[in-house]
Amino acid sequence: MRDTLRVNPIACTGHGVCAELLPELISLDEWGFPLVDPGPVPPALDLEARRAVAACPALALKLTRTDAPRPVRPR
Amino acid sequence: MVNDVADQTAALNQPTGLPRLLPLVPGVPEDLRTHLARYGRPPLGDPGRLINAVEQAGLTGRGGAAFPVYRKLAIVARARGRKVIVANGAESEPASGKDGLLLRAAPNLVLDGLQLAAEAIGAGEAYLYLHPGVSPEILRALSQRAAAGLDRVSVTITEAPPRFLAGQESALVNRLGGGPAVPTFTPPRVTEAGLRGAPTLVQNVETLAHVALIARYGPRWFRALGTADEPGTMLTTVHTEHGAQIIEAEIGVPLRTLISQDTDVQAVLIGGFHGAWLPAAALGTLALSNSALNSHQAALGAGVIAALPADRCGLAEAARVVRYLAAESAGQCGPCLNGLPRMAAALAELAGRGHRKQTRADLERWAGLVTGRGACNHPDGTVRFVRSTLTVFAAEIGLHARGHCSATDRTPFLPLPDRMPLTEDDWT
Amino acid sequence: MTGTTAFWYASRATGVVALLLLTAVLVLGILVNRQGRLPGLPRFAVTSLHRNISLLAVAFITVHVLTAVLDTYVSIPLVSGVIPFASGYERLWLGLGAISFDLMLAMIITSLVRGHLNRILWRAIHLLAYLCWPVAFAHSIGSSRDLQHGWLLDLAIGCALVVAAAVLWRLASAARQLPRAARVAAILAQHGPHASRQASDRQAQERISR
Repeated sequence: MRDTLRVNPIACTGHGVCAELLPELISLDEWGFPLVDPGPVPPALDLEARRAVAACPALALKLTRTDAPRPVRPR
Repeated sequence: MVNDVADQTAALNQPTGLPRLLPLVPGVPEDLRTHLARYGRPPLGDPGRLINAVEQAGLTGRGGAAFPVYRKLAIVARARGRKVIVANGAESEPASGKDGLLLRAAPNLVLDGLQLAAEAIGAGEAYLYLHPGVSPEILRALSQRAAAGLDRVSVTITEAPPRFLAGQESALVNRLGGGPAVPTFTPPRVTEAGLRGAPTLVQNVETLAHVALIARYGPRWFRALGTADEPGTMLTTVHTEHGAQIIEAEIGVPLRTLISQDTDVQAVLIGGFHGAWLPAAALGTLALSNSALNSHQAALGAGVIAALPADRCGLAEAARVVRYLAAESAGQCGPCLNGLPRMAAALAELAGRGHRKQTRADLERWAGLVTGRGACNHPDGTVRFVRSTLTVFAAEIGLHARGHCSATDRTPFLPLPDRMPLTEDDWT
Repeated sequence: MTGTTAFWYASRATGVVALLLLTAVLVLGILVNRQGRLPGLPRFAVTSLHRNISLLAVAFITVHVLTAVLDTYVSIPLVSGVIPFASGYERLWLGLGAISFDLMLAMIITSLVRGHLNRILWRAIHLLAYLCWPVAFAHSIGSSRDLQHGWLLDLAIGCALVVAAAVLWRLASAARQLPRAARVAAILAQHGPHASRQASDRQAQERISR
């Protein structure tokens, strides 16, 4: 039961701190917004992931349980 | 045992065939008296039975997502405390007119369904969410019902701004709570925590009308029409060169039965502006059902079917649609805010005479960048439309690249509003 | 130099350093919010410096209060560090110091647990920074003879000018910022069919700031 990284796209303003702290799992698109690896966070990167979550100035990055299914978005 | 008896009683009065939702005689105004004469009073008083009946009937949402209705009902019914129900009549899809017609022609069916579902989930607050310009038929229905003591939960009408996203579930709840009609981040889903934190059930008005009939006539009656996997009937808005028509159709009928034979069609848009194009050849083979359409990367959506005449330019139509979709972005999420306008410009370039080679590659890249990266599925739906445009009109793109166009009629075909939202007021 | 005088000097010195640190924290906070960069440093350096210097400021203020309490020349109760107007000595000015320290503690404690807080609530409390600094500044000038003349006064005025400039820049930036409803229209105008090709390419990296 590992955690997955998720971005709240409404809160995210593209600071880019997360991509600097966790380049293995997060990169930035051409507009500066994060592209996050959707898989579970490897145990070796768990600490870095938590640091990145804490460092986000907009509180937009979250670590959520993997066993919770990704919600299906109704229109 | 009790259910069987109720079913048998209902069987005595069961209507057969079509129409189920729309009036028997089109154009004849329905009031409470004629409604009760046709259907009888709504069978309130047995909340547990309704959810079972809806489950056995296999009713799916008619607002576009086709989510199993009983599941949403059950989730909210199970929750504790204050609960809210909303009848979503904000028909935000410009090409759809079925909800508007249903609310004018058969408002009591919708309002019956609202009361029945409210009782089933234990909701103490009920809302009817509509675009501005509430029809007199709805107001009349509500006052007649109040006089007759039919509504156990009083219904509040709330106006939605004329925005494409206004009918989205979380945007709707945001608006009901006094905010703008823009989506919010989920989780939590509105069924867990919606209006002022209360579990909220949002159902399309057509869905509620079906609920009102299932409650009276039972699941077996509902399944008498439609397919085993997709039972029942649905309202469709069919656009042809002769105009737009609302047709209540049995699910599973061939698409050809909805579009008259004499129209010369080059492609059909199914599912509205978040839907997909089908090539004209598919018309002959495909049925009005998700299982048939899914094989062509399409879905029923809210029942919009637009048959593009052969003399129009599909690329010009698509470019207009994507520009509209871009303008209707809530502008909250970076990828959507940045990607959709650029995609609109790229498609406009493809629809022009000659385009840069880079444009096509840019469009593909942006489509990939916005998918799944918004708080709602506005970017995803837009990408679905764009990708199907690129597939179905590939030949036309090639033609335009060489400076030509196959169209002889420049009149716009798909209905689109003119005015762009510019201020916060436009969203409230 | 007696022990009590050493405490008094320590209190005044740590007070001056705290004022400098708080000035730096506020400017860095504005820089974080506006997504500004410090030349040669990665983005996370700005947020890290903001955080770490704020913690350092709290450490200095703690020493500043303790040494003032420990000094026996005047009687200042320990609680007056956090309870405003609890000191007989310089009741008003020390009271302001306690108020600013309370605000600081509120900001820092909520920031330490911000993962569990509602985002909007955290931000609302963090905006108290714009109240905290002027109150701390008033405390500094009002309670200390040192800062009322000479080079320390120049230093204090320098800090005030820096904060004023940063706040004005922040307000101007906010005024320039497009409201949500207008952002899409702006990008459509940038990239619409009427926009020049070259302009679109140049602006490919630009995005409407939020």
